[in-house]
Amino acid sequence: MTSEVALLIGPGVVHGPDSELVANAAGFGVGLDTITELAIVHLRGVLTQESLQLIAERLLVDPVIGWCRDAAIPTSDGPTSDGSTNDGPTSDVGGTITIETGLRPGVTDRQGAELMRAARSLNIDLTAATIGRRWIVTLAESLDPTQIDVLAHRVLHNEVIERFAVGPLAPGFVADEGAPPPTQQILIGEADEDDLERLSQARRLGLNLAEMQAVQDYFFHAGRPATDGELEMIAQTWSEHCAHKTFRAAIEVRDANGQVVDQIDGLLKSCLRAATEAIDAPWVHSAFVDNAGLVAFDDTFDIALKAETHNHPSALEPFGGANTGVGGVVRDIIGVSAKPIAITDILCFGPADLDPHQLPAGVLHPRRVRDGVIAGVGDYGNKIGVPNVGGAIVYDDAYTTTPLVFAGCVGLLPTGSHRTDPQPGDAIVVIGGAVGRDGVGGATFSSQTMQAETADIAGSSVQIGDPIVEKGLIDVVLEARDGGLYTAITDCGAGGLSSSVGEMGAVIGAWVDLQLVPRKYAGLAPWEVWLSEAQERMVLAAADPQPLLDLAARWGVDAAVIGRFTDDKRIVVVNGNEPVIDLDCTFLHDGCPRLELVANVPDTARPERTPVTMSHKDALLALLAHPTIASKEAVVRTYDHEIMGAMVTRPFGGPEGDGAGDGAAMIPPGTSGENAMAIGIGVNAVIGTIDAAAMAWTVVDEAVRNAVLAGVDPHQLSLLDNFAWGNPNDPATLGQLVAACQACRDAALAFGAPFVSGKDSLYNVFVGPDGVPDPVAPTLVITAVGIARKPDNVPLIGAVEPGNEVWLVGPATGSLGGSHLDQIAGYDHGGEVPGFDAGAVARHHEVAAAIDSALVVSGHDLAEGGLAVAAAEWAFAGRRGLQLVCDDNEATLFGEGSARYLLEVRPDDAERFAATVPSAARIGTVTTGSEVAIGSLHVSLEAVQQAWIQPARKRRADTQHTEVATR
Amino acid sequence: MIRPRVLLPVALGTNRDQDLADAFTAAGADPECVPMSALRSGDRRLSDYQILGIPGGFSYGDALGAGRLLGLDLTGWFSDQLRAAQDSGMPMIGICNGFQALVRAGLLPGESDAVLTVNASSQFECRWVTIAPNVASNSVWLSELTEPIRCPVAHGEGRFVTSDLAGLQRRNGVALTYSNADGLAGERYPANPNGSEGDVAGVTDPTGLILGLMPHPENHIRARQDVQRGRLTGGQALDLFRGAVNAVNS
Repeated sequence: MTSEVALLIGPGVVHGPDSELVANAAGFGVGLDTITELAIVHLRGVLTQESLQLIAERLLVDPVIGWCRDAAIPTSDGPTSDGSTNDGPTSDVGGTITIETGLRPGVTDRQGAELMRAARSLNIDLTAATIGRRWIVTLAESLDPTQIDVLAHRVLHNEVIERFAVGPLAPGFVADEGAPPPTQQILIGEADEDDLERLSQARRLGLNLAEMQAVQDYFFHAGRPATDGELEMIAQTWSEHCAHKTFRAAIEVRDANGQVVDQIDGLLKSCLRAATEAIDAPWVHSAFVDNAGLVAFDDTFDIALKAETHNHPSALEPFGGANTGVGGVVRDIIGVSAKPIAITDILCFGPADLDPHQLPAGVLHPRRVRDGVIAGVGDYGNKIGVPNVGGAIVYDDAYTTTPLVFAGCVGLLPTGSHRTDPQPGDAIVVIGGAVGRDGVGGATFSSQTMQAETADIAGSSVQIGDPIVEKGLIDVVLEARDGGLYTAITDCGAGGLSSSVGEMGAVIGAWVDLQLVPRKYAGLAPWEVWLSEAQERMVLAAADPQPLLDLAARWGVDAAVIGRFTDDKRIVVVNGNEPVIDLDCTFLHDGCPRLELVANVPDTARPERTPVTMSHKDALLALLAHPTIASKEAVVRTYDHEIMGAMVTRPFGGPEGDGAGDGAAMIPPGTSGENAMAIGIGVNAVIGTIDAAAMAWTVVDEAVRNAVLAGVDPHQLSLLDNFAWGNPNDPATLGQLVAACQACRDAALAFGAPFVSGKDSLYNVFVGPDGVPDPVAPTLVITAVGIARKPDNVPLIGAVEPGNEVWLVGPATGSLGGSHLDQIAGYDHGGEVPGFDAGAVARHHEVAAAIDSALVVSGHDLAEGGLAVAAAEWAFAGRRGLQLVCDDNEATLFGEGSARYLLEVRPDDAERFAATVPSAARIGTVTTGSEVAIGSLHVSLEAVQQAWIQPARKRRADTQHTEVATR
Repeated sequence: MIRPRVLLPVALGTNRDQDLADAFTAAGADPECVPMSALRSGDRRLSDYQILGIPGGFSYGDALGAGRLLGLDLTGWFSDQLRAAQDSGMPMIGICNGFQALVRAGLLPGESDAVLTVNASSQFECRWVTIAPNVASNSVWLSELTEPIRCPVAHGEGRFVTSDLAGLQRRNGVALTYSNADGLAGERYPANPNGSEGDVAGVTDPTGLILGLMPHPENHIRARQDVQRGRLTGGQALDLFRGAVNAVNS
């Protein structure tokens, strides 16, 4: 007889008074002593005492420390997330309260699935299994029901993917939903304008009136109603996320008087692609046309480059959003037949210490977003086995309501091994996970603004990753590539099969039967199967699919043939005998009316600067503690950056391993070892709001600088762009985007560095309950990638040898407008922001030449906080003193600008160095002391350490707050 | 000299197989990464090889605890092959997830209960550590290793807890310990990155044929991989793998 059992598994984890969890609760005004976290296992099946004991011993309980018992607890009548009420007495006897959380039915549940698989191997058949958590909260004060609700909602669970109950929570087993709903016919031919707009909103299609009219036109001429599947597929194909409508729009640029001063024929074409075409670099093998750019690495290999944004999902479900953000960009690399070899992540958060009372409704606290995103990035990269080689974390008020998550990936493939030419008659093969209701509508969702209630209605737009399945995809695809088993490949990401099959068949056509698509559970409507963004899937075209299916089986990856490519230039989808979609490819891919937008030329005039009234020493220590500048080691240590054993220079280094690096370099496994791949990243949270063009110059320069310090040859650089912007229908916002794109074009031309791929994320606007739009700060992330031809010459992290000389490359002073000095001083003090610098390119080339000639022992770039911060970080990293001679003014110590470096040079090499780097000046020496002296500013390394390594993160590492819970 | 064949089983989620293959190749062996399905089907057999290396990763997503389900494979359908290999004197090594699986399977430390549980810091830790070999160890894996190794750890569940640490130490079953400049790390973070009792980084079974360790010696085979490149020399781990390769060859 089938029964249900719940088992409680210990010892679990005790989150003590110093833990982040308890601190998070305190931030919301909930005073707790400790939180004990235990696993609770729900089983359904024909269960005997013997089989339960076997499951517990073999599958659930740890030897030595573990225990297991029946999970029954007294029930309480507290609130539950699913609206039901519990009967029975309260559980908060003796100052404790028990809350249980578990996944919503249908959310990817790897633990539950593995438990069922493992039980089967013990000859025990479970019909369902899921693992949730029980939180036993020890109270420091009595809590009212509202506080308990806050604790559950804001701290312990995320309603997007989980449910909770005070007291026992019924397991979230997927109910048998019965027969799926059929495909619906939607009469659109006679609809008026209001009807069309209502239809777009009701189905969350995200299409404007002109687009809806184009759709209407198509079906009017076809003489039939549209199906729900067709409307959803058109909305997905025409979404900002997939079609980049803004970047292809015709834009009229107007000045302050309303005069038209410029007409732009698409930002992508006239700026980013124009620069790439003008540079016409011989090392670029593919740009903008595929999932990722391809550039030459050596005579044998190419590297594949891609960077993505995953902002909207990460704002709602930080772990899952960031997790699948990494998964998505890694799939982009697999989708060009490359082996993923490096991950990057650039994260922008609101202030972690934000007063929770200032948090708008519907927004997660920045701390929670930060912790979830970082855990999500680490989890995916660590499990898929690709090193996380670098990135940045930026904190600013501008990101409280719209946090930004950028994830990048680099891959390696034999030159010419990527095939992109599906043939009519080829089978359409899907490999990877099965389809559920996860992420349905993600592409259209991510192309719209977020609102306070978005979390409630967009729950199914967020996906949960399963990195080990994607690890399997890598193994299968690389072997299939080498065996010539496919004619084309793409990843299945935003828009699901609709996007991937639609794009692969865009020229020839495709036929798919949805009944052949593997599903996690019954009950999905046909269009949901077509649009589902279930993660960890690739779509391949194969003349003979059998060898591919055999290969997938060998690696333990699911695979299925779901249809074939055709030659009728139509996308035809059926669900058994039921027609679902029949659309003309030309209409689908070229039928979207071009957007016409208006941009205003930004006003970048700046007031004269007023000085900051702070002592230089106080300013330096405050800068070092600025969350954007302070050490990120505690985060980086949770990412595996060592797997593949390939790193030449790492995110952190120096004798104690706690010194900040600049760019990263690695020798890709399987290559000759002569070349390294070098990568640098640039981002700035502040300048974009003041002058978007200046920001573009600044972040391109920062990315190049970091790559140069990783040994890159600046004559062979390639760039990736990622724009995170507000609503492009606002002329001021679009004006900033135009200015940034034009500066990107100019910078690419100046550096001779083509853009090879990119991704824009628009509509990063939060509309709170008050209806006032809160747009994100215009943010551009640039990734620069190239070849380090002498890996052994890459400068070390931290100053090395006392007695060596210190040289400053670039101007002695920097700009203070938009500087980090102003941020710590509390307001904008005016003044010019850093931007275009005519001498920058030459200086990068000089430094690279010096590194190539082994003349640079160590180095650090001047970035946030200028010379003083760079010197302090560099000295601390190497545990050496510095004696620098320079002026004591703000612009010298804290000014920021382009192409500035501090480099360590041996006295014997000084003459050659000076000849190689004419833009450098000798400003001091490395000492044995424990002090950084910059003119009259003296700071001890101990003070640097105390300021730079943030107390909150440091405590976590130093005191081991986790104890083992006892029964 | 013959290059001994090394079996590196790959479960769904195993991810340091190529790194381990690289190390065995450098040590003079001939490694092969074999998907679990090929072992299950009998397409490959352990008896076709002279050394077994269980690589790191997150086998089966580490669902139900790190290494548990891979350990279940070892004690389940693979146990006859394993027993025969043990009887024939085959050197075996489990690194990180492989170590976790060997402990779950009861092959390590062998005579007492043990578990590798959540790090004391309660988070994943990736950092370089120094591990010192026990000179009194009887293990083939340590037969050519004379100096401490510097190499990374990268794990969230590496804190070694056993019911009889004293007994394990007495028989010199603790093969590798986390160290700092003064010798033992004294269970202090971060030299001991996970809070293991007795600074245990690696253990052997009583015969010394089976070694399990949490750190990744396979990621420091060449000086170029060293995080201290340009500052320190030595500390490579090639001799660890050579020990077993040469033992098979002699």
